[in-house]
Amino acid sequence: MIDLGRKAGFGLTARNRAERRFQWVGRFAIGISLSFLLVMVGDIMITASGTIKRTEIALAVDLGPDRIDPADPQSASYGGLVKASLRDMFPNVTKRAEKKRLYNLVSPEAVFEVARIVAEDPGLLGGKRQIWVSASDDLDLYLRGKIDTDQPQKRRRISDAEIEWIDALQDADRLRRVLNWKFLTGGDSREPEIAGILSALVGSALSLAVCLAISFPLGIGAAIYLEEFAPANRLSDLIEVNINNLAAVPSIVFGLLGLAIFLGVMGLPRSSPLVGGMVLALMTLPTIIIAARAALKSVPPSFKEAALALGASPVQAVFHHSVPVAMPGMLTGAIVGMAQALGETAPLLMIGMVAFIVDIPTSILEPATALPVQIFLWADSPERAFTEKTAAAIIVLLIFLVSMNLVAILLRRKLETRF
Amino acid sequence: MDDPIITARDVSIFYGDKQAIFDVDMDILPNKVTAFIGPSGCGKSTFLRAINRMNDLIPICRMDGELRIGGQDIYAPEVDVVALRVQVGMVFQKPNPFPKSIFENVAYGLRIHKLATSRSELEDRVEWSLKSAGLWDEVADRLDQSGNSLSGGQQQRLCIARAIAVEPKVILMDEPASALDPIATAVVEELIDNLRKKYTIIIVTHSMQQAARISQRTAFFHLGNLVEFGDTKTIFTNPADERTQNYITGRIG
Amino acid sequence: MATRPINLTTAVRPKWPDRIVVGILGACAGVAIFVTLGIVLSLVFETVKFFQKVPPGDFLFGLNWSPQTAIRADQVGSGGSFGVVPLINGTLLISAIAMVVATPLGLMSAVYLSEYSSKRARDWIKPGLEILAGIPTVVYGFFAALTLAPFIRMTGGQFGLEIASESALAAGVAMGIMIVPLISSLSDDVINTVPQSLRDASYGLGATQSETIRRVVLPAALPGIAGSLLLATSRAIGETMIVLMAAGMAAKLSLNPLDAVTTITVQIVALLTGDQEFDSAKTLSAFALGLFLFVITLFINVVALGIVRKYQERYD
Repeated sequence: MIDLGRKAGFGLTARNRAERRFQWVGRFAIGISLSFLLVMVGDIMITASGTIKRTEIALAVDLGPDRIDPADPQSASYGGLVKASLRDMFPNVTKRAEKKRLYNLVSPEAVFEVARIVAEDPGLLGGKRQIWVSASDDLDLYLRGKIDTDQPQKRRRISDAEIEWIDALQDADRLRRVLNWKFLTGGDSREPEIAGILSALVGSALSLAVCLAISFPLGIGAAIYLEEFAPANRLSDLIEVNINNLAAVPSIVFGLLGLAIFLGVMGLPRSSPLVGGMVLALMTLPTIIIAARAALKSVPPSFKEAALALGASPVQAVFHHSVPVAMPGMLTGAIVGMAQALGETAPLLMIGMVAFIVDIPTSILEPATALPVQIFLWADSPERAFTEKTAAAIIVLLIFLVSMNLVAILLRRKLETRF
Repeated sequence: MDDPIITARDVSIFYGDKQAIFDVDMDILPNKVTAFIGPSGCGKSTFLRAINRMNDLIPICRMDGELRIGGQDIYAPEVDVVALRVQVGMVFQKPNPFPKSIFENVAYGLRIHKLATSRSELEDRVEWSLKSAGLWDEVADRLDQSGNSLSGGQQQRLCIARAIAVEPKVILMDEPASALDPIATAVVEELIDNLRKKYTIIIVTHSMQQAARISQRTAFFHLGNLVEFGDTKTIFTNPADERTQNYITGRIG
Repeated sequence: MATRPINLTTAVRPKWPDRIVVGILGACAGVAIFVTLGIVLSLVFETVKFFQKVPPGDFLFGLNWSPQTAIRADQVGSGGSFGVVPLINGTLLISAIAMVVATPLGLMSAVYLSEYSSKRARDWIKPGLEILAGIPTVVYGFFAALTLAPFIRMTGGQFGLEIASESALAAGVAMGIMIVPLISSLSDDVINTVPQSLRDASYGLGATQSETIRRVVLPAALPGIAGSLLLATSRAIGETMIVLMAAGMAAKLSLNPLDAVTTITVQIVALLTGDQEFDSAKTLSAFALGLFLFVITLFINVVALGIVRKYQERYD
């Protein structure tokens, strides 16, 4: 009469199969998304690994008195000295075109490196010294096996002759690979082998400082007003609608606003962290307001009511009692907002932070760039060596983002279990 | 006397570490209305929901003991809970029609269990279900309107029609009239009395008067224990246990 | 000892500092309005100047986008064509590809997370998806341009298909993955708003879990999901970096995902990061594009939020 078994009819076998398929589709969907994440980050990390070390060549540079005037070392032609040392190592190279290729074994920066080393240590003057200088990006790529030697010579970046010379240098132990600290301590450069992200990092830091200085007080103030003081009228509704809409406006529109008003009307310096920070502040404001409001909402009303019952004014009650309790949540929201701002690129492009900035900016009014913009600029370059730098810069950016989010999570967890 | 259609032996139900039902033994007879009564929180709804394994949806809920329906242990590995729930239907306390049309509400069970092979058969069965629930005359001309457009009492009868459509053997009702006004309640009670000719009905109710009106058998639960179980008349006129007596006379609950 | 009489009228402390504080706070909140006003005014102002050089009809309905700069000042406006239709085409094509990728992935992820997965699994998967959401778009753009596009091109080549190196497909896929967390979390909220009583009714009738989801939960959640998808579309339309790095520069009218197309956002960047001539039609057209983009996304957002709000009211 009653059959509870699986063969009871009701199409159970097919339906149970459909149920299992459905669950697999769900797992598959999640799997695809997470796999994409892993592949993307993994691919970038592999590409970035090429910049962990850089290559240096040992040159025997003649720093004798007939080359350098000991009284005025900086007046010497270091370019000539570098070229001479290369010619000494390979005396058979005579033709002009060949000599040009020989000089390309070292980075153009090598000239400045020698000058700097002499300036720092004048005791080196007087004779031939062994100085390690940066190798060119092509040499570095070849050493790591990234240049396809099967291709005919004219399709390659490195000629057969250069390959011979590099092999000879290696046999003579004149090549070494060192950790690439220049990446983190140097500014941008046209030469990928010595390009660094320090100027971009400083630019980002300055912009974020401006952004935080503007958006945190404004955002907290707005949140406190909306949660604690705003009367339920149409103006408050209008403000809320505006905040929600601003949260969804495309970021490039904020860039246009910055261009038109901050640069155009207010005449602020183009490409400066000041303007960059202002634009980022406008974008981050909704995030901070929403997070701060949530933090205020979660404060038990009894705190404030106790203060009011003791005769405190509403302003005192809010600022002495509600706000301190909500502050961890507000700070968390601010950190998350800064993390979002750190990754923003489009609006900064609009206000001009796309220039080639070598020097480390020292104030918020000087032209600067930002880390994501630097990534964008390097990504445009076709040179393989810049691709690796771009990937490395992305890894640095991701490390910052992960750290900031971790700090936010830890902060929230540590200070959340109060009541 | 017929064989019991549902038997419970030593059934205990736990929510995590908390025990809600203690060692219940019970036989439910077919084609009768059995009422579960008792003060709120005594576990009657929990026990009801165990019968059609709705407690499976609550991860921390666990059952010890044995529940058999039609002689089969409902937790036996060869049992498919879908087959169980087709044959043991449920009506809930607050009417919960789907946000679909009246027709589609009733047709839902028929569609998923493939119980109708053609559109006309589907329409016939929907009409029959609505008639059995006493709702057909009121909605026949607006079957494509939303189920939510009906009044509370009508919605509950729609839910009953929906449950009947798949022709269960047992219908479980968890306080089906408690959200309804007295007139709608009376209509539902009359419906239940008609339905018991074809179905076995178990109804949880917090109203003793309702239990006395419509049930033939009554089980009195108190703090998770089945205190007394027997003919409704006997329970209400000559209870054996003092706790039953106290509940009936209003001293507890 | 004499007790002090009760005096309720003398202020313990003056009121005006409080009023000032509240006033400042209110001004902070009011900044939101000023920002919106600033956006609208600056865009409208420049757009008006643009329409003085290029007729609105040409802009809105023109099929040709090639904003060449004039050599001489008196040639301004006559040198280029500023028809926005191919840009709309490119934007919609790439956004459509993104939504085709993101919608099933996002919805099924949300369904699985909210209905099936254990708490332990959720504790790992949700942060994972949030990481996807937190990765800056410039990173997606880099990956799309460097790895994804060549891969698609190569795969297409194996099947004999001619795929552009800046195909809409590459940009669209990368953008789609970027949007998945948004759709997933919005849909998750929407699905959780569906009352448990509806699920109970379905299970009570003997439906399996997937049947309950497909026939009861998702249809009940449909307006909310529609709102979420609209919000995601608006995000896709406004996205800049991924398309800037992975999509093309040449405006083209094409529905072929294997072609290279350009979008409104890419053109805004291109117009403003070259040499800037003051007040040329070229520079002003960027603002016209910006206003166009702002209005479209605002419209979609308002509609989406309206749908979602009505949906949530239904279940409160």
